[in-house]
Amino acid sequence: METNYEELDEDGQLELPAEPMRLNMGPSHPAMHGTIRMVLDLDGETIVDVDIQPGYLHRGFEKSCERGSWNQVYPYVDRLNYVSPMLNNVGFSLAVEKLAGLKVPERCTWYRMILGELARISDHLTCNSASLMELGAFTPFLWCIKTRDYVWDVLEQETGARLTHSFGRIGGMAKPPTDLFKEHTLAVLPQVEEAMAETEQLVLRNRIFLDRMQGIGKLRPERALALGVTGPILRSTGVDYDVRKANPYMFYKDVDFDVPVGHDGDNYDRFMVRFEEVRQSIRIIRQCVEKMPDSGTVNIDDVRYVFPEKQDVYDTIEATIAHFKIVMEGVKVPPGEVYSFTEGGNGELGFFIVSDGTGTPYRVRVRPPSFLNLQACREMLVGDMIPDIVPTFGSINMIGGECDR
Amino acid sequence: MSKKVIERLKAQLGGKILATSDFRGDDEAVVAPKDWLEAARFVRDDADCAMDHFIDLTAVDYPERAQDGEGPRFDVLVFARSSTKNHRVRLKTRVAEGAALDSIFTVWAGASWAEREVFDMFGITFANHPDLRRILMYPEFQGFPLRKDYPIEKTQPLVPYREIEGIDKLPPFGPDMGQPWSRVDWNERLHGGDVQVSPAIGTQQGQRPSLSKGPEYLPDETPEAE
Repeated sequence: METNYEELDEDGQLELPAEPMRLNMGPSHPAMHGTIRMVLDLDGETIVDVDIQPGYLHRGFEKSCERGSWNQVYPYVDRLNYVSPMLNNVGFSLAVEKLAGLKVPERCTWYRMILGELARISDHLTCNSASLMELGAFTPFLWCIKTRDYVWDVLEQETGARLTHSFGRIGGMAKPPTDLFKEHTLAVLPQVEEAMAETEQLVLRNRIFLDRMQGIGKLRPERALALGVTGPILRSTGVDYDVRKANPYMFYKDVDFDVPVGHDGDNYDRFMVRFEEVRQSIRIIRQCVEKMPDSGTVNIDDVRYVFPEKQDVYDTIEATIAHFKIVMEGVKVPPGEVYSFTEGGNGELGFFIVSDGTGTPYRVRVRPPSFLNLQACREMLVGDMIPDIVPTFGSINMIGGECDR
Repeated sequence: MSKKVIERLKAQLGGKILATSDFRGDDEAVVAPKDWLEAARFVRDDADCAMDHFIDLTAVDYPERAQDGEGPRFDVLVFARSSTKNHRVRLKTRVAEGAALDSIFTVWAGASWAEREVFDMFGITFANHPDLRRILMYPEFQGFPLRKDYPIEKTQPLVPYREIEGIDKLPPFGPDMGQPWSRVDWNERLHGGDVQVSPAIGTQQGQRPSLSKGPEYLPDETPEAE
């Protein structure tokens, strides 16, 4: 309908429509990361209501898992949270091992912890620097992404891939640590610390940054709990729930670290909680490197679950049969259903797996932290303004692969 | 630690708890669908349970169980945690195909999207849910993908233009412009149909004959020439 500008009321003012305006944002909007559509109801620039519509990156993860073997799930879990794939690998390994009742060697557990924390560092660096870039601060983005590349160099050295490692296995890891693993890991940590210190110097006293982060996108703790929010977003509201502390898995009870919490639950707190978690991850890695034994096996000694050495497959009939059985029939996980959860990059990453005793998973349900965090985004946004969507949406670190599966 | 929760549930809800299990340390209680909402509300409000943290809600499909008459088809599970006592419980119920389950949206607000996803993926409806739309799939999607009888290679029909009232904007191209989507309608093709395109696009662009049926499928002139 065209506005008739000649129809002015008595005061000479133009009659503006009183009902809220509806505006589509995304899915092809740069701030929506290409995967989310928001239907906004606006009163002026204030958000009255928002309907968040995920699903643009749905690939049928759970359905695809039901047609392969258990080991064939690993490439899929890589692509859930693709900025911290190692945490997903480890989480899925732990879930299957819980169902099968396996206990991996000590060296493997330390190795998994170090690789997982490196992935967490790369996740938080990406999230924080990308939110800064969306606010116009491009330099810290380049610094942090450069540092993330150094972290990925270590992961590449270990796994052979920079992004999608597919490195976890049931009952161990695909390969033992390389000879220089500890040196490389320890060498990258000061670079992470330096990049973070420089970033914080640049933005933490910047008026634009503070105005757009402080007091924006607030979430109350009791609402966060009811909405199923976990991870840095829940901790920024003041709830000290970290799976590594609350339900320690692997050897997290043997290392010393703190759980940072915020008190306002706004964008600023989420930003600061993430950077503090990187510092805690560095602390954890240093302790793990000290405690990890230099020699020993990383895989359990059980031919039902772990591939035999390649040389043995060529040389002996037993190893050939074991290899054949694992490839053709898949690992036979005993029937049952378990829920296993770890602290992923965005919160509690849970795997609810059901096995019927054949070599194929009957059901693999991943509890996606991003999906439930995104649901809470509506409460953060209502009452704020359109420009606040960008930092708020950036600070919840929605990962499309994990949210839409 | 959470052994206490199961005992508390048994003591308070009595016969409504049909079964319990603690396989690998995961405490689980099975309730009937009619007690679903009450059990969820109890574990949240009871001072000894205090499950204020919603974790997850999902479903599992067991079509053979329904076929053999051993019970309803779907398991619906909700996972909850207490933020003060740090213990967890898993509630499970069994829902038949076509039956509606009470929504626990009023107990934990986070169940809203999770229930929408279960509806989207399994076709289980939730009574009193305020906004039960598909969430990961689009509204025109046919079938429920995580059901066991949904074949993974199934082809979906193409979606015609949606007609939305009050929207002046038109798509930048018309239905008869551009390259046609030549997605094969396999169902039609295998059962002797002549059209290649899927029904939805066929109504828009007109039915077109199959192009790749092999050499014997040639224009009708051949038999007349003999």
